[in-house]
Amino acid sequence: MALAVDFEPGSTPEGKVPDNQRASAGERSSARIILAIENMNCGGCMRKIERVLDETAGIDTVRANLSAKRVTVEFNPRQTDTEGVIAILSDAGFRAADLAHNDLDDHARADRDLLLRLAVAGFAAMNIMLLSVSVWAGLASDMDHELRVMFHWLSALIALPTVAYSGQPFFRSALTALKAWRLNMDVPISLALLLAAGMSLTQTIRGTEHVYFDASVSLIFFLLIGRYLDQSLRSRAKGAAQNLLGLKSGWATVRNEDGSSERLPARAILPGMRILVATGERIPADGRIVSGTTDIDEQLITGETLPRTATKDAAVYAGTLSLTAPIEIEATAADDDTLLSEIARLMETAEQNKGRYVRLADKAAALYAPLVHALGLITFLAWMFLGAGWETALITAISVLIITCPCALALAVPAVQVAATSRLFKHGVLMTSADGLERLSEIDTIVLDKTGTLTRGEPQLTNSGEISNETLAAAARLAAASRHPYARALVNEAKIRNLPIQPAQNVSETPGSGLLLDNADGTQERLGSATWCGVPRPTEQSTEARASLWYRSGKHKPVAFHFVDKLRSDAAATIAKANAAGLEVILLSGDRCSAVADAAEAAGITKWYGEQRPDQKIAHLEQLKAEGRRVLMVGDGLNDAPALATAHASLSPSSAAEVSQIASDGIIQGPHLAPVIETLAVARKTRRMSLQNFAIAAAYNAICIPLAMAGFVTPLIATIAMSASSILVTSNALRLTNTPLELS
Amino acid sequence: MTALSWLIPAALALGLIGLLGFLWALRSGQFDDLEGAAYRILDDDLPPKDANDDRDPKKQG
Repeated sequence: MALAVDFEPGSTPEGKVPDNQRASAGERSSARIILAIENMNCGGCMRKIERVLDETAGIDTVRANLSAKRVTVEFNPRQTDTEGVIAILSDAGFRAADLAHNDLDDHARADRDLLLRLAVAGFAAMNIMLLSVSVWAGLASDMDHELRVMFHWLSALIALPTVAYSGQPFFRSALTALKAWRLNMDVPISLALLLAAGMSLTQTIRGTEHVYFDASVSLIFFLLIGRYLDQSLRSRAKGAAQNLLGLKSGWATVRNEDGSSERLPARAILPGMRILVATGERIPADGRIVSGTTDIDEQLITGETLPRTATKDAAVYAGTLSLTAPIEIEATAADDDTLLSEIARLMETAEQNKGRYVRLADKAAALYAPLVHALGLITFLAWMFLGAGWETALITAISVLIITCPCALALAVPAVQVAATSRLFKHGVLMTSADGLERLSEIDTIVLDKTGTLTRGEPQLTNSGEISNETLAAAARLAAASRHPYARALVNEAKIRNLPIQPAQNVSETPGSGLLLDNADGTQERLGSATWCGVPRPTEQSTEARASLWYRSGKHKPVAFHFVDKLRSDAAATIAKANAAGLEVILLSGDRCSAVADAAEAAGITKWYGEQRPDQKIAHLEQLKAEGRRVLMVGDGLNDAPALATAHASLSPSSAAEVSQIASDGIIQGPHLAPVIETLAVARKTRRMSLQNFAIAAAYNAICIPLAMAGFVTPLIATIAMSASSILVTSNALRLTNTPLELS
Repeated sequence: MTALSWLIPAALALGLIGLLGFLWALRSGQFDDLEGAAYRILDDDLPPKDANDDRDPKKQG
């Protein structure tokens, strides 16, 4: 937050901080960027951001979007650049990151397209209803035949273009399904729409009463409302997920061949570029170390809390942290022998094996469509058999198809999904996959990763009782100079005890070993590994074997510090809840067995496996699947990504690696594990309420189908019945928004 | 009957104006930020960009 405190965008030295936007902007006088702002939460923040940027020289227009937590900025590339804008926001207390444009626009365009079709359908439905009500009223009184026919023609004029335009999402989806020899909900919908419109047109031409334009257009209107809400909520969740990822990916200092260096966004890095990584910086791309030795925190990749020492030619991965010394790396394309390419390969197989999940609504459609079509056929044959003539028989058969038209059925699931997704969104769970909730409702086993998922992913001192304030303060003086997780934990502990920390000068750090302080009086203080502090290698049994860090001042006896990666505060309670609900919880971790055993014991998990490689995790999941289990995988590391893709459903914390977030069905925000249980509870409730809605729809059909088959259905009855059933299932779904839920 | 010949087109035209109005609102981004818009009405307009001099009292705070 404190970077570039005296930053003056107007005075940015030209050429020193070139920007990719400038290159892409070419000769144009303004560049446009979209920034994600992490902590823009209220109208005040929005105003502050717009003010502070508006007052900056070189910035032409600023427009903040509070719902999306984004700001669109247009600036003059000659006066400032993306990084400059981010720095100004950072001074004002906002964390910002720029986002790639293309996929953002895609979401917005899809939303708008649907809203447009919805608006047209709404306009048409209202106007046709106006005409229909007159016709219905006229049937009871004195409307003459010519006028009624004219009203029908007017309705046709409005309805036919509307069905052709607003019905497209349904037609397209139905065609795709039919091409693959499958039935989905859109097949009966499309059929009902086309039949209703087609029959109404012929009836209008012939001048009879059975005209269903109002029914077909209000059907489109209702269904589009459901679809639009579903889509806009999901793109909102996806947008929030993109913001999270954007805020995580950073900038890279790239060294050019002539020795000059420039800052580029991480996503602009190409293979072969030389990148300087400062101490404590996240490595922006996969690569090999060209010079320097450092300790690398690979927690996100391997799940291992302890850093690995890496030197020249070692492979490093994007997202890992360089802890102890600056290094220079060369960015590489994906190599065949790296961990990353292995994970990519496993991901690919996992996605292939996953197969197509058949959604609840489509299952219902597969049952429903043949049934309804058979009923239509029976009606036609029965009326023919009773000697009613083929025309009356056909009209009655078609009104059966229209009255059973799956309005309530097609809204049954989307309405509940919308209510559930928005409820979870409020609780910080972003559901990004369309059928994720349905798969989550079938879960009977939870598989957790340890580091970063069950635990916080940062070590904490466990034997603080054995360590005196003086020793801790002295050790913290050295530790303050390092970014090693143990050193940070030590400084944290000192802060908790309110000890004054005066960072010592002349501290040198040796990657992989520890810190050394040369005092003025010639004595030495050391903080680091056992060997570094001259401690004899302890035997396996002694408690010292598990000491993680040593401190030695001069010739004094070395002091051991023990660390453990503490569980999330509600981990044990969450596991207990899951167990009480009859879910089995399994811990699969890439970390050392001893660490995994400790964590499992503390969290109350009886089944655990340590030192699991990504392919072993997959094997475990496959085995569970073979046993007939439906597994929910919760993980954050890159090494979990293939497992996340393999599992029946998956969630990942917002701190997870990018690949893992993309591979999972949802993202959990915040420091707690409890949202996992909330998500499962909501998913199950969603399923129950979807089934309830199906029951309502079936009851409606049970009343209407006999009426239609007997030939009593008029356009008025058809419209009222359909609208009423739609409103009923929608209001049933809305109950999900606020009711408190328990996982049972 | 003669009344209908202009009443119906008038009703349709009014509806159409509403639809076009909505399309205009959609195109011009009125629905892009529903939460932010609620706060914007409370906010004073920013002073025009060219006129930003330091005498503006709002900028002192």
